[in-house]
Amino acid sequence: MIEFKNVTKTYDGKVNAVDDVSFTVPQGNIAVFLGPSGCGKTTLLRMVNRLVPITKGEIFIDGEQTNSLNEIQLRRNIGYVIQSNGLFPNMTIEDNVTVVPKLLGWDKEKMRNRFFELMELIGLKPDDFRKRYPHELSGGQQQRIGIARAMAADPPVMLMDEPFGALDPIIRSHLQKEFLQIQKEVQKTILFVSHDIDEAITMGDQVAIFKDGRLMQYDAPDDILANPANEFVSTFVGSDRAIKSLGLHTVADLVNQLKVTPVAADSRQISLKTDLRQILSIFFNEGYEELVVVDEEKKPMGSITIQDVQKYLHQTNQSA
Amino acid sequence: MTNKRKISTFIRYFFYGIVLVFFLWAFIQGHFSIIFEQTDEFLRLLRQHVLLVLVSSLLAVGIAIPAGILVTRPAFRKLEWPVLNLANLGQTIPSIAILALVMTYLGIGFNSAVFALFVFSILPVLRNTVAGLNSVDPALKDAAKGMGFTSSQILFKVEMPNAAYPIMAGIRTAMVMNVGSAALAYLVGGGGLGDFIFTGIVMQSQEYLISGAVPVTLLAICIDFLLRFIEKITVSKGLRRSAETAEAS
Repeated sequence: MIEFKNVTKTYDGKVNAVDDVSFTVPQGNIAVFLGPSGCGKTTLLRMVNRLVPITKGEIFIDGEQTNSLNEIQLRRNIGYVIQSNGLFPNMTIEDNVTVVPKLLGWDKEKMRNRFFELMELIGLKPDDFRKRYPHELSGGQQQRIGIARAMAADPPVMLMDEPFGALDPIIRSHLQKEFLQIQKEVQKTILFVSHDIDEAITMGDQVAIFKDGRLMQYDAPDDILANPANEFVSTFVGSDRAIKSLGLHTVADLVNQLKVTPVAADSRQISLKTDLRQILSIFFNEGYEELVVVDEEKKPMGSITIQDVQKYLHQTNQSA
Repeated sequence: MTNKRKISTFIRYFFYGIVLVFFLWAFIQGHFSIIFEQTDEFLRLLRQHVLLVLVSSLLAVGIAIPAGILVTRPAFRKLEWPVLNLANLGQTIPSIAILALVMTYLGIGFNSAVFALFVFSILPVLRNTVAGLNSVDPALKDAAKGMGFTSSQILFKVEMPNAAYPIMAGIRTAMVMNVGSAALAYLVGGGGLGDFIFTGIVMQSQEYLISGAVPVTLLAICIDFLLRFIEKITVSKGLRRSAETAEAS
């Protein structure tokens, strides 16, 4: 659990880069810091591991005030991933990944085992990469290694500063999904800086939106999309926020809430796992009147129309 | 290997070939007779020459690298400009003038010669150390700091290894240059192979000239080779390959 209490950062005694920010990130959640550049999101992130000193206020990690801890020890217990991956070009992949365990004085065998474990976790073959150097890897592989390195000493908390920002859109969305899969397994408390609203919705359990150093809204993604706290948030998430929020729900959610009509005519089949944003684009692109929902065994359950999606969206927005 | 590299390698070996041919020709002409007639004297001068180069270079490296590290620390950033300019000054003064100045105040002998060579070779090492450390990607330092490296761990595990290429190149430049400059040590009574060369000039004797000049040239080439080899084993393979790809692109 990470708690921010009236955290303020003032430069030169006048400009507040971060202005009286308070909120709590529960254990095992991903909180995305979102906002335009210069809004203070990266500064706030860097205050957690004290790369930027706090002017006023306190940050607690699992109840311990960060300012009361030794700076070096604190950082070794927090995973840190940056946009340009920051892998050391002079070290092999194995040395890069086990760099923090080495600082902590682990023995060789333990480090080797941990390296294999982490490589399996991020889906790269350990023996293929052990002795290679960072520049021989693709951007996506380098960023995966960067993430593995941050998790090496199994820190409970991870800071990620636009970790997928430098990757092309296809690899980015691939790594986002992959990372969420990993997160299900490791359950870290993660602070994640992003300037991309779509990324925030995909990755975040909570999203914190900043403007000029002030926290505008801190909520779950669908709450932010359904009820933006103010004009700024509403503009920032975009006028298509309703469509964005569809990405958070699947056909299964819709079927649970609405009664589906029995199958009238044969049509394109869709699975329960498909998200509603995709459903919408199927309706528009392929011109069906209705789609047939099938369960895991491919048995038809009923059909849905574009009106059902509209009705569902309306209902969830009202309840949120 | 790119064409450019092929050409540069070719030119280098072509040059070595010319030196070798000249060497053989001079040998056949009997221009090396002094080496065989005065073998003990030759070996004494050679040892002296190597010692001049080694002592002055080690001193320069020992002063310039720590100084380069110091002026690139945030707290001492302000010193970078004055220190580099001071070193520049050392290089701007002609080597003969340095020798004259050194002789005026320190007298003659081995120590004066070493001091002059030392002043002369600080700049290449210092400049390359500073440039190398400044060229290390700030993101690497940020990542290291964020993961809990101490300042000295950042210096020795991140900055120095990643700046190793330019630093080693600076040392190589300084030492090879020093082999040549050390021939002037004779002028302040510092000894070395300059002894043969200047005797040859005064006596207009080809035998003395060649017996002094050719060993100096060979010594410079040997030191260049030796330092390239040391470079290969001290600079990380990861950096070497990235330097190659950078050159290729």
